[in-house]
Amino acid sequence: MLHALELLWQNAPLLLDGLWATLGIAAAATFFSIIGGALLGMMRASWNNAIVQAAARAYLELFRVIPILVWLFVFFFAVPAASSLDISGTLAAVTVFSLWGASEMSDIVRGALKTIPQAQYDAGRAIGLSGAQLHLRVILPQAVRRMLPGAINLVTRIIKTTSLVVIVGVVDVVKRSQQIIERTKEPFVLYAFLLLLFFALCHPLSRLSRRLEKRFN
Amino acid sequence: MTTTANAPVLIDAACVTKFYDTRKALDNVSLAIHAKEVVVILGPSGCGKSTFLRCLNGLETVQAGSIRFHGRDLARPGTDWRPVRQRIGMVFQSYELFPHLSVRDNLLLGPVHVQKRPRAEALRQAEGLLERVGLADRLDSFPRQLSGGQKQRIAIVRALSMNPEVMLFDEVTAALDPEMVREVLDVILGLARNGMTMVIVTHEMGFARAVADRIVFMDEGRICETNTPVKFFTAPDTDRAKRFLSRFLY
Repeated sequence: MLHALELLWQNAPLLLDGLWATLGIAAAATFFSIIGGALLGMMRASWNNAIVQAAARAYLELFRVIPILVWLFVFFFAVPAASSLDISGTLAAVTVFSLWGASEMSDIVRGALKTIPQAQYDAGRAIGLSGAQLHLRVILPQAVRRMLPGAINLVTRIIKTTSLVVIVGVVDVVKRSQQIIERTKEPFVLYAFLLLLFFALCHPLSRLSRRLEKRFN
Repeated sequence: MTTTANAPVLIDAACVTKFYDTRKALDNVSLAIHAKEVVVILGPSGCGKSTFLRCLNGLETVQAGSIRFHGRDLARPGTDWRPVRQRIGMVFQSYELFPHLSVRDNLLLGPVHVQKRPRAEALRQAEGLLERVGLADRLDSFPRQLSGGQKQRIAIVRALSMNPEVMLFDEVTAALDPEMVREVLDVILGLARNGMTMVIVTHEMGFARAVADRIVFMDEGRICETNTPVKFFTAPDTDRAKRFLSRFLY
């Protein structure tokens, strides 16, 4: 035990460096997912144009059925090859996780908006609220509560899935651990560390999501 | 209750026609509502009575006809409904209080954010209105803590707090437990006594008879009969109204 802690302590700078990469990608992807997902979700909930709806569904479906791994390859290898753009592993990772997160988030936003009864819109309009006031003061405050559990779950999924970035050469906390294992031949200690680390990152979020879900029901 | 036929016309709907796709929901409906008048609209489900009510404050659009209110035709496209809705209040079947807001904030949302009135003044008025409906102690409650009857009384106060000239009631007791119907109807009856102009859609026949100055009976999107409450409930002019009433009255 003491030996394990010592090993981790000695390699702390490397692990922390990897952890920042992991959290940085997750944070950036979460940020873009929220913005993109909110816009796309509101569009899907209220813009009843057949082409818009079909395009949004196709986008969502593409990120549902094609593995994230494949998307990482597409943005890291295929897109640069086809376009002569220079895309770093980190940029490819942030792009893919943002696009995936936004598609999932749009479904959460759309679902939450759809659960607000039409009569709430009527009641808001009936007291003379403008469209902006109606959304900001009546619809969104109710919808956000319903989105939170799903949105938080999505963040935990984004954090976990960042471990895939290893394959496009990003040195995240998983990659750093593997490097340390190669040098020290201590796989058990480092994988146990990763297990506890991801648990510590995701479990509180998961608990929070469940608590909120209970409270709103 | 009172003779209002000589009072000025407040809302003048003429030949209002509305389609849902190809189905005619309203067919040439003409109705003039006088100041201080209580008009009760009766009719079977789907006869267009709620739709007509919703046309009066722009929650539904009209394809033909006119709705004159203070010299403007609201049925014209491009009407800015927001100022109109501040003068024509509406109460819904399912209350539709805003569940994330306390009673206080439900009541202040319109006066403070739409009418830009000072918060303190709006709050004083809201407290006075709550007192009148017997819910003065509920200012800090949330909708989920209230019974259906209490919610509906607060929804009425929410509409009243905008100081409307007309109130529209859309089957406001239809979702209530029977023992809560009375408390809501008493509030509406009180408004009638104070001279509020009202258009009421309801299935409560006894209440309709007690509160109405005029009964309007609709079927299949048309007005079939307009009558005084006494005549309508004892000797209606049309067979359609007779058949309708025979299903309600024992």
